[in-house]
Amino acid sequence: MRLSEEQRALRDTTTEFAAEHLAPHAVEWDQTKHFPVEVLRKAAQLGLGGLYLPEKFGGAALGRWDGTLVFEALAGGCPSIAAYVSIHNMVATMIDQFGDEAQRHRYLPGMSTMDSPGSYCLTEPDAGSDAGALSTRARREGEHYVLDGFKQFISGAGHSEVYVVFARTGGPGPHGISAFILDRDTPGLSFGPNEHKMGWNAQPTRQVILDSARVPAAALLGTENGGFGIAMSALDGGRLNIGACSLGGAEAALGMAVRHLSERSAFGARLSQAQALQFRLADMRTDLEAARSLLWRAATALDQDAEEATHLSAMAKRICTDTGFEVANQALQLHGGYGYLAEYGLEKIVRDLRVHQILEGTNEIMRVIISRRMLAEAA
Amino acid sequence: MNIVVLVKQVPDTYSERKLSDADSTLDRDSADAVLDEINEKAVEQALQIKEAGEGEVTVVCVGPDRATDAIRKALSMGADKAVHVCDDALHGSDVLATAKVIAAAIGKGDAPDLVLAGNEATDGGGGAIPAILSELLGLPQLTHAREVSIEGQTVKATRETDEGLTYLEANLPAIVSVAEKINEPRYPSFKGIMAAKKKPVDTFTVADLGVDAGEVGLGNAWSAVTEAAPKPPRAAGQKAEDEGDGGTKIAEYLVTQKLI
Ligand SMILES: Cc1cc2nc3c(=O)[nH]c(=O)nc-3n(C[C@H](O)[C@H](O)[C@H](O)COP(=O)(O)OP(=O)(O)OC[C@H]3O[C@@H](n4cnc5c(N)ncnc54)[C@H](O)[C@@H]3O)c2cc1C
Ligand SMILES: Cc1cc2nc3c(=O)[nH]c(=O)nc-3n(C[C@H](O)[C@H](O)[C@H](O)COP(=O)(O)OP(=O)(O)OC[C@H]3O[C@@H](n4cnc5c(N)ncnc54)[C@H](O)[C@@H]3O)c2cc1C
Repeated sequence: MRLSEEQRALRDTTTEFAAEHLAPHAVEWDQTKHFPVEVLRKAAQLGLGGLYLPEKFGGAALGRWDGTLVFEALAGGCPSIAAYVSIHNMVATMIDQFGDEAQRHRYLPGMSTMDSPGSYCLTEPDAGSDAGALSTRARREGEHYVLDGFKQFISGAGHSEVYVVFARTGGPGPHGISAFILDRDTPGLSFGPNEHKMGWNAQPTRQVILDSARVPAAALLGTENGGFGIAMSALDGGRLNIGACSLGGAEAALGMAVRHLSERSAFGARLSQAQALQFRLADMRTDLEAARSLLWRAATALDQDAEEATHLSAMAKRICTDTGFEVANQALQLHGGYGYLAEYGLEKIVRDLRVHQILEGTNEIMRVIISRRMLAEAA
Repeated sequence: MNIVVLVKQVPDTYSERKLSDADSTLDRDSADAVLDEINEKAVEQALQIKEAGEGEVTVVCVGPDRATDAIRKALSMGADKAVHVCDDALHGSDVLATAKVIAAAIGKGDAPDLVLAGNEATDGGGGAIPAILSELLGLPQLTHAREVSIEGQTVKATRETDEGLTYLEANLPAIVSVAEKINEPRYPSFKGIMAAKKKPVDTFTVADLGVDAGEVGLGNAWSAVTEAAPKPPRAAGQKAEDEGDGGTKIAEYLVTQKLI
């Protein structure tokens, strides 16, 4: 698994960008709940607004393996911002893959520049893991669809310009769901207050409220009742990227821990001379490398459209987000009391990475995906 | 507008830089090699000029094999093509020889309208290449520019030195060396990174350029580095223990140093 020269350049450029534009502000953005829209536009100049989009729409036309390198590097500066960029790219890629020419021309150039950030609206107050049971309704009225319902925990909501909303157009279950593209100024579309949450404070999370939200029939993305497949297709890539974001945050935390142990003395010696701590560092490094190996393998499978891509992506998401959180939490521990202080930036990383085990499909749901296939094969 | 940018690969200023024990030339293996930041700024300036009108940006680099990394960085920022002069015979060349080689390399392509360079490299710090090149190519030189603009057939530059600002202009073609404050170089875009490999790089040896091998290299340099010593580490400062009278102690110390 050797990175190409281009891949190394993608990673190194993103690392430099994150070190200059994200890392110095990450703690402050977390504390003040600031969503740095202007920095996202700057990131878009590198190509982060349309990582997988074709060049004709301003995209960078990268592959999934490339993407994991970019997201890991970006998350080294701020996991929360990196994760939002991943969600934005999920939305852009859905429109690119399932949209008609008019939709692609209308939305993708602005998404590439991040002038039109995107939100992915699947979860509902009463349907999270079981997204196929969602209850938001879309009724056809002549040349329009009218949407009613609530979307819960929507990242970027309120700030985003483009909302891909999944709503029921048919019978119960996943086969009665369609996808729609809504502009922020759609009549009947509004937003709840910014949720108070444990981490991910540098990006807003709000409810999306659809109160007879009326969109033209041309807002349908893909085919009627074909929406669930669209939602799931975006998640394979999204899961890889959220895994990469966990690795990037954990790497940053581990780097800080190595420096801290080398500088701090207790019991008459540098902490880095305590073998218990040396071994802890070795295990943290090893666990991250193991998780990364699976991530790269899953990403390569997705690049090759391999049949096992979905379940490898689920495994990679599970292992990277669990390992990332564990390593970041250990790094906090190695800082002693200082790890607990906001100013050191560690507790912020731990809080940010915690939610990666919950969203884009909880880690229990990853196990559902993996075991379902195993048992189907055995049957 | 045909713009040539001179770029050099240098040891990263953040890593430890050393001269080799054998011949007091730069020990290139001891440090990470990067495109000199002042050259990134020269490339940025070239790209801005190109984007404001039209033209083509060619980077010219004299350096060992691994200087291809620096060249690729310039190409990924947006330069169109590159010329790489790479020849073991060049090891240890002085500024004069290097300038001759650069002049010959520039001569291989279409005549430039503008040659951009950094005012001095962060490693050798000779700062003489643009001036020598001006002599060799017979072109006017505007050095230490912190602002550059093109107006028709004229290039205008604001030159900044310790003495102040000078406003200069010259007819094209001309050579401009840029200073630290000229701009903030862009990051290469992902698209640029992916495209860089496909851009043409012409590689020449000294012989290809028609330069006499007896004029280049360490043995033919007009000057030689005979010895080098690292800067002595900064001595630990004097400590004043604060026993409620810290301010007074510091003031007393400053008086002994005739500072107050
Ligand atoms: C900060 C944040 C941002 C988010 N951003 C978005 C967004 O942009 N767009 C979006 O659509 N959603 C978003 N989400 C929602 C997220 O995807 C859901 O929270 C997640 O899918 C879990 O759903 P839930 O919260 O309803 O939990 P539930 O589904 O109620 O799950 C509760 C618990 O039960 C477990 N569980 C559920 N079913 C099973 C099962 N069959 N077997 C075993 N265990 C099971 C779960 O793993 C979990 O531990 C976000 C969430 C958060 C916290
Ligand atoms: C919110 C908060 C409130 C606090 N309140 C109080 C208070 O009221 N009064 C008070 O006196 N203190 C208080 N403390 C301080 C707290 O007790 C210390 O932070 C704690 O004892 C750890 O010390 P340290 O932070 O210096 O970490 P260090 O001693 O520097 O330890 C750093 C890391 O190295 C490990 N380590 C250290 N030595 C060894 C070794 N020999 N072998 C293996 N591992 C080792 C530690 O376990 C830790 O993981 C508070 C701290 C916090 C964060």
